[in-house]
Amino acid sequence: MDKMPKWADIVLIPIISLLLAAFFSALVILAIGENPVEALKLMIDGALMRSAGWGYTLYYATNFIFTGLAVSVAFHARLFNIGGEGQAMVGGLGVALVCLYIPWPHWSLAILGASVGAALFGAAWAYLPAVLQAKRGSHIVITTIMFNFIAAALLNYVLVEWLRPIGAMDPASAKFPGATHLPSFQDMFSTADTPMFRGAPANVTFFLALVACVVVWMLIWKTRLGYEIRAFGQSETAAKYAGISPVRITVIAMLISGALAGMMSVNTTMGESERLILNSTEGAGFIGIAVALMGRNHPFGVLLAAILFGFLYQGGAELALWTSIPRELIVVIQALVILFTGALDNMVRAPLEKVFIALRRRNV
Amino acid sequence: MTAPAIELKGISKAFGPVQANKDISISVQPGTIHGIIGENGAGKSTLMSILYGFYKADAGEIFIKGERTAIPDSQAAIAAGIGMVFQHFKLVENFTVLENIILGAEDGAMLNTSLGNARSELKHLADEYGLNVDPDEIIENLSVGHQQRVEILKALYRKAEILILDEPTGVLTPSEADQLFRILDRLREEGKTIILITHKLREIMEYTNTVSVMRRGQMTATVKTDETSPEHLAELMVGRKVLLRVDKDAAEPGASVLDIKGLRVVDDTGVERVKGIDLNVRAGEIVGIAGVAGNGQSELLEVLGGFAEGTGEIMMNGAVIPLSGHGADGQARRASGISHVPEDRQREGLIMEFAAWENTVFGYHQEPEIQNGLLMDNKGIFSEAEAKMQRFDVRPPDPKLAAKNFSGGNQQKIVLAREIERNPDLLLIGQPTRGVDIGAIEFIHQQIVSLRDQGKAILLVSVELDEIMSLSDRIVVMFDGHITGERDPKHTNEKELGLLMAGITDTSAVAGNGGNDTTEQEVHADG
Repeated sequence: MDKMPKWADIVLIPIISLLLAAFFSALVILAIGENPVEALKLMIDGALMRSAGWGYTLYYATNFIFTGLAVSVAFHARLFNIGGEGQAMVGGLGVALVCLYIPWPHWSLAILGASVGAALFGAAWAYLPAVLQAKRGSHIVITTIMFNFIAAALLNYVLVEWLRPIGAMDPASAKFPGATHLPSFQDMFSTADTPMFRGAPANVTFFLALVACVVVWMLIWKTRLGYEIRAFGQSETAAKYAGISPVRITVIAMLISGALAGMMSVNTTMGESERLILNSTEGAGFIGIAVALMGRNHPFGVLLAAILFGFLYQGGAELALWTSIPRELIVVIQALVILFTGALDNMVRAPLEKVFIALRRRNV
Repeated sequence: MTAPAIELKGISKAFGPVQANKDISISVQPGTIHGIIGENGAGKSTLMSILYGFYKADAGEIFIKGERTAIPDSQAAIAAGIGMVFQHFKLVENFTVLENIILGAEDGAMLNTSLGNARSELKHLADEYGLNVDPDEIIENLSVGHQQRVEILKALYRKAEILILDEPTGVLTPSEADQLFRILDRLREEGKTIILITHKLREIMEYTNTVSVMRRGQMTATVKTDETSPEHLAELMVGRKVLLRVDKDAAEPGASVLDIKGLRVVDDTGVERVKGIDLNVRAGEIVGIAGVAGNGQSELLEVLGGFAEGTGEIMMNGAVIPLSGHGADGQARRASGISHVPEDRQREGLIMEFAAWENTVFGYHQEPEIQNGLLMDNKGIFSEAEAKMQRFDVRPPDPKLAAKNFSGGNQQKIVLAREIERNPDLLLIGQPTRGVDIGAIEFIHQQIVSLRDQGKAILLVSVELDEIMSLSDRIVVMFDGHITGERDPKHTNEKELGLLMAGITDTSAVAGNGGNDTTEQEVHADG
């Protein structure tokens, strides 16, 4: 018998964790002499009350959906892929090459091509750590985080030596051709009289991310491959008994994970900057870990958690802009949310389980 | 009338919504062996854990020698004269016997005095109770039977008057078990009180004075052993009449299904576990492999089941099957008509976190008939699982429940339903009733026999000699990776098999209808 009803596990625990995080964040804000209520108001106002705010929130959320899904898929196979950052960087390279060197007639084809490029490059970057883990037992956490550094160095080299237009000072590629311009929310939802999402970077890639959620959900719970990934993740000995090859599943799960992380750069590189720049990932690969943790590795949970973190990113930027709360404190608040929703999950869970057991006994 | 050595009054303990012990009262007379028997999950271990201070009872009182005693932790239990020998020994493998014995009972900061005292005390105990162990031997070099003696010595060194043994014979050969009971007899004669927890009716009948039966957290009866019978005890345990003997006709073996020639298996650590065996299994017969755990039976099953590699030759229905590389995995084995009920259903046979319905296709999840285009036909699998669970009487019959939430017996039924209903040519079955309650054992044995009667070949591996003897049509004994003998179950006995299990192939002295006592044999278990 499960100790708690499912809704409590999925809804109640994250909400309580969030409230705890909010409480401690408020204490921190108080401690530096600012008003936490004002700060919260400002965050909500800046991130959620105007369409432009939503435009930023959803732009960040799109990144986090992809990296969150990437971590989730790997985690179902009990692989902790913390190389989303590097895989997304290399995925960006794939996007840039596809956009720069293939003459696309229309953005709708270009986004498909760029997705394939991003996914292939991201997957390729996950391939080596996967093989090292599967065949040599090199721990995937170590190798993927090392590959993040290699990816950053590689990107730097490629931008400076190859992709930088002649004469440019900036380590960035040339601007992508106009045909690869993705419609932003502003393009899509503004009418002649009422401009919407003005200036915000959210673009059509958000819908690609939603599709990715559905596809990952189908993959994990409805297909043979998903069945094997979950079985392997739960018990390697049982997987062997069933004839599921550990090497094969490790590699495939990591390739899918890398591909999803890579696809994040469709949003940043193609949708926003429209050229390949250094550090376009901005740590989204790491936020993906927190998003997957909070979303319980379920695509729907990942979607909700990604939007929450999008809100924190955007609201945090607003705070930094309008108050004397330093940018670093925003990171502290984000860290508190990660701490309470991810790492300290059991702190909330254990007492809550006791409450439910007591309630049930009273009812019996 | 002396006060009872231990008396429990109204002990209750609940874990969340589960009532593990309910109002248990029991009184154990000093100088007796008191058996406690019950199915898995009946609450035996919980009760003993309360007695040894691991759990705190929700209600009830404990009296030791007539005095009310609180046992908040195991230190208090030891102080009250209670010693416990766990099923899984709690010994430091790379320490000597002596070091293990004083561990936690050192007197003073300097080890040398403690070791000296312990050495003389140990000699005294060894003489008094026939508990001979070399005090300077490293634990991992001792046989399992001797390791168990160290556990008993540990308890006696701490002045235990009451000794609790939890399933002590599970890992022993028959002759080691005999020796254990001789020691227990000595201890009883010297006035110690022994509580024996077991699920083996034979041990209860042979060695105990009194027996208490537990069922579903309650003590259903306490009876004098010589006033009861195995059938009666089984009925008390299960709550209904149980058939203890396997009911089967003589086998009518057909063509050979499995032929093994010169099979060798080397494990991950480079140790050769199977050292060249020849074996065949024919259609319509059950071949039982007897042996103490760790003598190569598990590796044999693993190679046949496709999750370990070996060398040699294995033929299935006359065709050679690969033993390593591609084509030697579980999928390939299933395709060649082999089904496998693995020894460890929790680590191998089932994904404990998966729902029962998902587990009913585990290993067969690639079969085309349960696919629906790119996706799996989850609806179809679910309704088939429902029907399977009905046919195999899995309780509760809820396919949505995770495998970990079923009892051992019902988990085993899920695995059996999956493997038997594939209609295999050869069924490999390891430890079919390990951790399975008596009621379910009867059902599982019937299923195995009925599969045989349909003309299937069955290879059975079990460490329960009773099970091997009652189910098999042919018995093959393994010791140290070799086959030491093959016997007809109708013309052999436990003593003879016990000798073969210890690697002694000259069994003329005990063959047929028993004979003289087995001599002391050192049996080194691996690891």
